[in-house]
Amino acid sequence: MQNLFDLAVTVNGSRYEHAVEPRTLLSDFLRHDLGLTGTHVGCEHGVCGACTVLLDGQPVRSCLMFAVQTHEHEVTTIEGLGTIDNLSPIQETFQEAHGVQCGFCTPGILTTVKSFLEQNPDPSEDEIREAISGNLCRCTGYQHIVDAVKLAAEKMKA
Amino acid sequence: MKPAPFEYYAPTTVEEALSLLAEHGYDAKVLAGGQSLIPMMNFRLVQPSVLVDLNNIPELAYIRPDENGGLRLGAMTRHHQVEIDPLVAERMPLLHETMPKIAYSQIRSRGTFGGSVSHADPSAELASVSVALGGRFRLQSQSDERWIPANEFFVGLFSTVLEPGELLVEAALPSMPARSGWSMMEVARRPHDFALIGVAAVVTLDAKGLCDQARMVFLSAGDVPKVAHKAAELLKGQAFSSEAIIASAEIAASEDIDPGSDIHATAEFRRHLANVLARRALEQAFKRAAENK
Repeated sequence: MQNLFDLAVTVNGSRYEHAVEPRTLLSDFLRHDLGLTGTHVGCEHGVCGACTVLLDGQPVRSCLMFAVQTHEHEVTTIEGLGTIDNLSPIQETFQEAHGVQCGFCTPGILTTVKSFLEQNPDPSEDEIREAISGNLCRCTGYQHIVDAVKLAAEKMKA
Repeated sequence: MKPAPFEYYAPTTVEEALSLLAEHGYDAKVLAGGQSLIPMMNFRLVQPSVLVDLNNIPELAYIRPDENGGLRLGAMTRHHQVEIDPLVAERMPLLHETMPKIAYSQIRSRGTFGGSVSHADPSAELASVSVALGGRFRLQSQSDERWIPANEFFVGLFSTVLEPGELLVEAALPSMPARSGWSMMEVARRPHDFALIGVAAVVTLDAKGLCDQARMVFLSAGDVPKVAHKAAELLKGQAFSSEAIIASAEIAASEDIDPGSDIHATAEFRRHLANVLARRALEQAFKRAAENK
């Protein structure tokens, strides 16, 4: 094994210190080293969006970052958005508007949408579709996802 | 697949980075945003033995006005930063309009100006826009520094004039002359996929309202950004008319570009798209130029 890097990273508010190989992708570090399997791996080349997490609040492809690059940064995964007993507004509306089928794309979409709504709290449908254009869904046809985001925006404004 | 093992360095100054690049020469690859390099490493299309990560060098990320109304961009400036910057919106409308067309928001969070142009993917919007604006790039090595005009920087498929040990550190983008209009258009089957074809256009009118200069630079139309020289010649001194636009677009698509065929599109289809885009882009650029006295 190559020289290990002493990584210190905050994930969902908790600090983790692990020795990792530089070539370990962030997506694999989250899933295998930290057991946070909510982040999904679809394509490993940046086009599907299933691996999207938030780095210092900004949406990024975790498959296109090495874990070592998050040293002393903050990562938010789907697990950090809410829990079963305490869903975030976005997670609630995805349930209400039936924006989830198989759920594979969902974590990537929710992290993307979280950041999007923070920057644009009152989006039009076109803006929502533009915002999720980097996330592929094979099940829903996107309409209910768009409905869920609209609903979330309304809920969060209230 | 997963990337092959590599030695990893994360310098915190440009000096340190250049020293590492000088030391490792051809063995080293620069890691900027990683949005193009890491997919290639994931597929093992490239297997660099040394990676020099520039993401911990804050002095390389900036957007500054220059004294001539243009901008200086540090090589590590993220696409997202350029996208939201008010100075860019004010001084560089072509660049401002281009940014949301680059991939997706998640890519733009990490992708960088310097990384995009250094990687020199023929479908890179920023490469063609840099050429359309007449930009220049500052290249630095441990021993030397040089400025290269954007249209001389790209020499082949994924190839630039960068030597081993050399780093692109800054882009100087001039503002457009007075009475200029611009347009940036591209076509992809799914919005934000790699463009099948695209064009960045800048049209400048003279005092009489005739075309003084028309620059069209096509992406995904050859190995490097393709400047439509013959199309530009045709428009010189012309007033705006649909005949002039149609003729110019026709020659751009048939003679100025050199698109290839692949699984996404044939060369013939790309030429057809180039023709359509050129007409629309020229029309929009002319219209904007007329509005910009």
